[in-house]
Amino acid sequence: MQEEVKLMKGNEAIAHAAIRYGMDGYFGYPITPQSEVLETLEELMPWETTGMVVLQAESELAAINMVYGGASAGKAVMTSSSSPGVSLKQEGISYIAAAELPALIINVMRGGPGLGTIQPSQADYFQATKGGGHGDYHLIVLSPASVQEMADFVGLGMDLAFKYRTPAMILADGVVGQMMEKVVLPPARPRRTDEEIARQCPWAACGKNGRKHRNVVTSLELESPKMEENNRRFQRTYELIKQNEIRFEEYYTEDAEYLMVAFGSVARICLKAIEEAREQGLKIGLLRPITLWPFPTAELQRLGAKVKGMLVVELNAGQMIEDVRLAVEGAVPVHHFGRMGGIVPNPGEILDAFNNYFTEAK
Amino acid sequence: MNTQDIIKPENKVYARPRLLTENITHYCPGCSHGVVHRIVAELLDEMGLEDKAIGVAPVGCAVFAYNYIDVDWVEAAHGRAPAVATAINRLWPDRVVFTYQGDGDLAAIGTAETIHAANRGENIVIIFINNAIYGMTGGQMAPTTLLGQKTATTPYGRRADLNGFPIKMSDVLAMLDGTCYVTRQAVHTPATVRKAKAALKKAFENAIAKKGTSVVEIVSTCNSGWKLSPADSNAWMAEHMFEKYPLGDIKNV
Repeated sequence: MQEEVKLMKGNEAIAHAAIRYGMDGYFGYPITPQSEVLETLEELMPWETTGMVVLQAESELAAINMVYGGASAGKAVMTSSSSPGVSLKQEGISYIAAAELPALIINVMRGGPGLGTIQPSQADYFQATKGGGHGDYHLIVLSPASVQEMADFVGLGMDLAFKYRTPAMILADGVVGQMMEKVVLPPARPRRTDEEIARQCPWAACGKNGRKHRNVVTSLELESPKMEENNRRFQRTYELIKQNEIRFEEYYTEDAEYLMVAFGSVARICLKAIEEAREQGLKIGLLRPITLWPFPTAELQRLGAKVKGMLVVELNAGQMIEDVRLAVEGAVPVHHFGRMGGIVPNPGEILDAFNNYFTEAK
Repeated sequence: MNTQDIIKPENKVYARPRLLTENITHYCPGCSHGVVHRIVAELLDEMGLEDKAIGVAPVGCAVFAYNYIDVDWVEAAHGRAPAVATAINRLWPDRVVFTYQGDGDLAAIGTAETIHAANRGENIVIIFINNAIYGMTGGQMAPTTLLGQKTATTPYGRRADLNGFPIKMSDVLAMLDGTCYVTRQAVHTPATVRKAKAALKKAFENAIAKKGTSVVEIVSTCNSGWKLSPADSNAWMAEHMFEKYPLGDIKNV
């Protein structure tokens, strides 16, 4: 399959991108607003072409443990779900992180807590970036703002997961999952051969196949000094990721007197608000973190020394703002504007919020 | 004559299976796990499966099964072994994947994963150790604990009105279209050990032939949890467990 330009939903783009990436397996359970991922994969029948396994599991618990099993055996595997389903997956995600396995998890967020709503939200920021399951671990968290990034981050996320042997998450809001946009699908590449897997994943439990020693994938270590050493190793990996993988995008920050910080679809709405503000002479810039973990702390610190104030806009009650405030360390006022319950603000609302907080700016 | 005169290849009647490691076991003396590990290790060697076998270990006493049987292993979260095995088997269809689970893992916390893996007819072997108690955590009630049986969480005996009934999980699994072979065995006498080994062999053959899910339940003892000697445990098992969990094939398609 060559590169192709298509019009499709973000969820559909994930399915297409996974096949073209050479993903070995997808395991999922239906939940709105991301069911199109599994539906599209079932419709495309990649097991007939690339040999990719697609399985509808009996629950999100089973699906994430299938991912754990597939990853343990050296395969490139993924799952997708939405907020309540991702809560169910947390046990498995903790095990995957602890066993130092590569895997891709996608959360197309809906409003919570509880069963909440099926409308878009960004209220799982804390869960995704601060751990989520039990124990000291982090996920590499990518935040797509377009259908194109939904497609691109499948490959990026899986590559990073293999590079660092740690799970990666695409944390998308329901808007990005459901909206249709133009997307350039990458050319297809073949799945790795058994020999390539053996070379890339010498640790994989996929049968000894002539190997002298057995491979064991486990997160269990009852000797405390060894378990502490395991934890130190995880933390060294996270430090390495922090050094190498911080990604963000900036608009109009060069001359900005104020800054908006937003991720996902909200960043695009903020950009619209900023462009309207600039027509009125308000010099606002935008920082859009692409990696929510690792977070662009240093860049925010730099901008904090430059601007007069920041507005963090999110589809939640104020989650990423905590990381922004930690970065800025009180250098400038940092305010929050959020909508909840599945409501997405329009540019005018965001600008009103900005003007309310920063009355001196006018 | 000294012992060296006796230890000769021609006199050998018993040896450690090649695939049973020399790690010191953490199992209690008298526990059934050791015997089951031995026959699994023997079979994997005899059937030439050392290179192809992948075991999935549970949470419970057999959590360290990977220390004793010298093939590749994945240690699963509590109850999730059949889901883990499902993915490995589908992604490596020429391998032979088995789970090794206790009654709490398979019939309580992992009931959904067990039933659905079996119902999909995953080409895996499920080895189910039923000793009617939670051994690792200190002898609490299991889903298979008999009525009247005393455990750490049923100190006056299991009561149906308080705790529900013991579950005959193999009978449940035998009803599913995805299982090809469901059998209940024991390992407390030489004869039952031989039968259990034959059953496990059939189960592995089914997995190789992709006939569907095979379940081998081993009705087992937990002398520490039952607070009986190993010999008394065997007698108690024969007297009480076999009535509720009768030995023999439940399904053989």
